[in-house]
Amino acid sequence: MFDILSRIRRTGRLSEPYPVPDTDQTASTAIQRELHAVFGRALCIRHVDAGSCNGCELEIHALSNAYYNLEGAGIRFVASPRHADVLLVTGPVSVNMEDALRQTYEAMPDPKWVLAVGDCAVCGGLFGANYATRGPISAIVPVDAVVAGCPPTPLAIMRGLLQITSKRPA
Amino acid sequence: MNPMWPDFLDTECVPLPSNVAACRVQVDAARWCEAADAMREAGADLLSLWGSDDRDRDQCLRVHAAYLLRDRVVVVEHAMPADRPIYPSLATRFPAAGRLQRATYDLLGIRADAGDMRPWLRHGGWPEGVFPLRRDVAATQTWPVTSSPYPFIPVSGDGVHEMTAGPVHAGTIEPGRFQLAVVGEKVLRLEVRLGYTHKGIAKRFEAMAQCDAHRLAAHICGDSTVAFSWAYCAALEAITASTPSPRALVLRGLALERERIANHLGDLGGLANDVGFAFGQTQFSSLKEQLLRHNAELFGQRYLFDFVVPGGVASDLPARALPGMLDEIAALERAVGDLRGIYARHEGLQDRFLGAGRLTPAQAAALGAIGLAGRASGVARDLRVDQPWSPYDQSSPALATSTEGDVAARVQVRFEETLESLRLCRQWLQALPAGERVCEVPVAPAGQLGIGLIEGWRGPVMLALETGPAGGIRRCRAHDPSWQNWPLLEVAILGNIVADFPLINKSFNLSYSGHDG
Repeated sequence: MFDILSRIRRTGRLSEPYPVPDTDQTASTAIQRELHAVFGRALCIRHVDAGSCNGCELEIHALSNAYYNLEGAGIRFVASPRHADVLLVTGPVSVNMEDALRQTYEAMPDPKWVLAVGDCAVCGGLFGANYATRGPISAIVPVDAVVAGCPPTPLAIMRGLLQITSKRPA
Repeated sequence: MNPMWPDFLDTECVPLPSNVAACRVQVDAARWCEAADAMREAGADLLSLWGSDDRDRDQCLRVHAAYLLRDRVVVVEHAMPADRPIYPSLATRFPAAGRLQRATYDLLGIRADAGDMRPWLRHGGWPEGVFPLRRDVAATQTWPVTSSPYPFIPVSGDGVHEMTAGPVHAGTIEPGRFQLAVVGEKVLRLEVRLGYTHKGIAKRFEAMAQCDAHRLAAHICGDSTVAFSWAYCAALEAITASTPSPRALVLRGLALERERIANHLGDLGGLANDVGFAFGQTQFSSLKEQLLRHNAELFGQRYLFDFVVPGGVASDLPARALPGMLDEIAALERAVGDLRGIYARHEGLQDRFLGAGRLTPAQAAALGAIGLAGRASGVARDLRVDQPWSPYDQSSPALATSTEGDVAARVQVRFEETLESLRLCRQWLQALPAGERVCEVPVAPAGQLGIGLIEGWRGPVMLALETGPAGGIRRCRAHDPSWQNWPLLEVAILGNIVADFPLINKSFNLSYSGHDG
């Protein structure tokens, strides 16, 4: 026990201040306003990997480490789509995940928002569309906001999320 | 040599360009079986199995099996007439062949003559009888999804009930489906269904240029991006007889070991988290984050997706970065050593790790386990040790193994490999050779086959590249070791309680995207 406590003391506090939402991104302003009116700063996310290479998932995992401390901002990942406000989708949509993605979206209660994370989710990325993929998420479910990058950094994903939760910009 | 070894495997084998010793041999159906028997007898692994459509060239469809012997790779190729593309199944000799053969049928319509005939990659996204990897199917053609329920093998009996998980899981993980049959709390049977992230990567390769396709290889499996992009570049460089400078090769080695360290750190934390020891997760995920941030400073990216390029690497290390990297290694060694002690002394943690999800050495050998999961069950193989390519041929890495085969053994192997990778990195940094960042890689002529084989953090990543005309690609088969190791999970879970499934699954941490392709 002593070694654990001593390590915790030596590690100290690693969490960093949350990023300031990008005020230039006026496209998301409407969602911000809407979401903030409904949820304040709390937000529940259901993540669906619709065919990703797993790169974006690694960065989503990183959001939970001590440095980014996403839960500290009132944002958490939930197991059921029934509990979710936001559907966070990664990957180009594979045809084998098309139904599962649609069903997850339909299982979420209204109001709901979809955040497409990563270049594949935004535009199909390197994989494009072929017999096995449909390309961007917007080919299957309506998308409200996007975070580009391959993979996007945890900070970029946080900005994307905070865009839709932070206080209304002046 | 053993008496089963047929002569043609020596006399008719033609050397193949590769970063390790490799050769190919053309066989008929009888020799296809003879070769498989000989390989099984010699203790070889089935490294991969794939098909190709060569009807434009010689009216044949082909099936290829790559075997990994202790000292070389042998690619056995069997041509079949296009109107009767059936070959003898390898699944009784090499269990890993079963799913590979099903996938080969789904994509190319080449069928094994026995065994499980259920579709594997085709979930209803394209019609039965359409084989998308054939050359007469246009790269852009698509079909609507039709419902096609998968016939899981039913389990019944007194007190048996079935549970389904996936393809969308409760956490942030890749999609796959697990069908569990349980009695009380105990798992009676597990059947895994994969293929959900199948992206048609093989078809996509065929539309790419040789000089550009390393970027696609890097996105086959995001957590093994260095291993896959290196395997691609190694194959292309072997075909074109281009040799990256010693410096570029050492930089690739550093990148591959940093990828191994990052994944092991992530898993060591995740495994503690799965037994409710949040301290371990916090510590290891912080160490991983520090490593990734250092990657961003050193290489301009947290995950090294675009670092390995044909002929070398995308960026060099400035001399001023070296002291910081050596300090980082020393700090990581201390932290990992401390945490290993804490894990070892934590009774609650060890109580959950010890004996959970045991895969015995006999089971591992019978199933053809490879890579990290194999090493934890007594399969003492590591390409970096057995068939070292440059820069590993100069650095004698040590093998980490266990014969216990449980979660604790897979944790132990990760700890030891992490420390060994840190040692390798230090050794390279202390004597970083000089050389060009990148060498010129000429356009390869059409019809050349090359093999790239790299020991990624999960195990051997193999890529077989056949060049096409005008700097194009005719066929590219990229193989993740998860193909071999997914079936292990179905055995290791038996008799364990359902609540330990996430822990046992995590201890293997197999790839979905790398497998699905």
